[in-house]
Amino acid sequence: MNKINSYRINFLIISVFLIFFVLINLSLGSVNIPFKSVIQTLTGSNTPKESWQYIILDYRLPKAITAILVGAGLSISGLLMQTLFRNPLAGPFVLGISSGASLGVALLVLGISVFSGSMVGIAFSNFGISIAASIGSLLVLSAVMVVARKVKNTMSILIIGLMFGSFTAAIISVLAYFSPAEKLQQYVFWTFGSLGNLGWSEISILTIISLLCIGLLATIIKPLNSLLLGENYAISLGVNIKKTRNTTLIITGILTGVITAFSGPIAFIGLAVPHLTKLIIKTSNHRILLPAVAIIGAIIMLISDTIAQLPTSEYTLPINAVTSLFGAPIVIWLLIRKRSLS
Amino acid sequence: MTNQDSHIIKTNNLAIGYFNRKETTCIVDDINLSLTKGNFVCVLGKNGIGKSTLLRTLTKVQPKLSGEIILDGKNLESISNPELAKKLSLVLTERIPESNLTVYELIALGRQPYTNWIGKLNEDDLQQIDWAIEQLNIKELIAKKHDELSDGQLQKVMIARALVQDTEIIILDEPTVHLDLHNTIEIFSILKKLSKDYNKTILISTHEIHLALQLADQLWLLKDDGITSGQTESLITDGSVSKLFSTDLITFDIKSKQFIINNK
Repeated sequence: MNKINSYRINFLIISVFLIFFVLINLSLGSVNIPFKSVIQTLTGSNTPKESWQYIILDYRLPKAITAILVGAGLSISGLLMQTLFRNPLAGPFVLGISSGASLGVALLVLGISVFSGSMVGIAFSNFGISIAASIGSLLVLSAVMVVARKVKNTMSILIIGLMFGSFTAAIISVLAYFSPAEKLQQYVFWTFGSLGNLGWSEISILTIISLLCIGLLATIIKPLNSLLLGENYAISLGVNIKKTRNTTLIITGILTGVITAFSGPIAFIGLAVPHLTKLIIKTSNHRILLPAVAIIGAIIMLISDTIAQLPTSEYTLPINAVTSLFGAPIVIWLLIRKRSLS
Repeated sequence: MTNQDSHIIKTNNLAIGYFNRKETTCIVDDINLSLTKGNFVCVLGKNGIGKSTLLRTLTKVQPKLSGEIILDGKNLESISNPELAKKLSLVLTERIPESNLTVYELIALGRQPYTNWIGKLNEDDLQQIDWAIEQLNIKELIAKKHDELSDGQLQKVMIARALVQDTEIIILDEPTVHLDLHNTIEIFSILKKLSKDYNKTILISTHEIHLALQLADQLWLLKDDGITSGQTESLITDGSVSKLFSTDLITFDIKSKQFIINNK
């Protein structure tokens, strides 16, 4: 008797969907490339046009891989936060980690122009922005972790995270008020989010960091499952709560920080995807949920990116706007349909 | 019975209560109790007297104020959480958070101290789970989600979960608190059976005095002036039980083992 479902069929279906949407994502864009040519370029058989090959291999493929990594990473972070804080509304945004990244970038882009104006060269580079975002998110994360050590109650930590978020948002507002228009514009463009700015070297960094986090994640699947019974039961099952909590926070901080650094603050994925996944795969077992959430997160991100490209047109919508446009109604719809989130 | 080895839990001059930043609030001190292997023991006492605090302290959920707790010959603090998880299992009063967990998955989580790093269940684990489900007679519930259960069903599931943890001691904090008479009696008889047939040491706090007096091997009576413990029969005959409630509203009838409301 199969009492603990392994959901093989569900995984098969979502994997097929993932491949399907990768191909769709690669085929659609401002330049119309026939599907056949896309496949031919990918398999490396014969390539009809040099320029098409360039577009697919050096622009669309890195962008698709970025979408997969970003979608999977943010969704995993969201699920981890929701389990750890036993709160359906938890996510990297709520904890203030994304705001920390934004603060880092704001300080770099806006702050430098306010205070000196001579170091503008560094601020313009993508590299500078990535470093600033990572430092910002890790700083907020360490602040949350220091507080978490003192405050036992996970609910309080959540509220403290929200306060950190408001605090950083306020600092950004002040900086924005004193900044010249062009700098403000540069910052605002970063907040729009973008998947297409990453070259292969940046993607390999993102991939390596994601793999490290997944390795670390594997070690806490069991304690995460016992946390479904609440902290006291988890302790009675021999779980080291402090270690589990710290590992979870580190994974979330690094994943969110690095992703936000490279692609801008992308909203709603971390919050909405875990709920969407639990609707499709009705389990709470993290051994099933974590990979499922990662795959579905990647699919949603690929779809969002495809929509953002406005196929056949020359315009590209900000990815952050697309995820919010679709994410917010999905969360509302879920709430109404289920009347509660779990 | 007085053999030292048969005492699976022993406390020496234990003081329990709460730590605060500024002060420590001691609820009960100078507690010298022992829990005998294979016994069904009920902790009785009025609300707020410290039953839960005592159980939470004995199970390391809450730190003690002073004194010592010896579990299986070892100091409780020196036992690591994973080690303790194989000696002692819990049923608490707190509700478990909302989730998609099925009853079967929930019970299976009780095997965590024995499973590998990713929590895979082997043949032995599956057998233990089936055995516990049979003991609690909840086979028809296993596919349900845990939040679809009635209070009585959930309590049986939580006991099954504690049972698959395969520990010598099971401690339950007010296991029948929201249950009707039928379920209460069922839970009590299951617990009694587990201690009698499988030599489990079971410690519960309860307000079901009449059932406790009939079924418990030992009683721990928490009163304003301290704790009295002993065999149920001897506590009844020496008058300790009748002093449990210091009020003239009720009197204890030793013959029928019942508290009776005084008619003025």
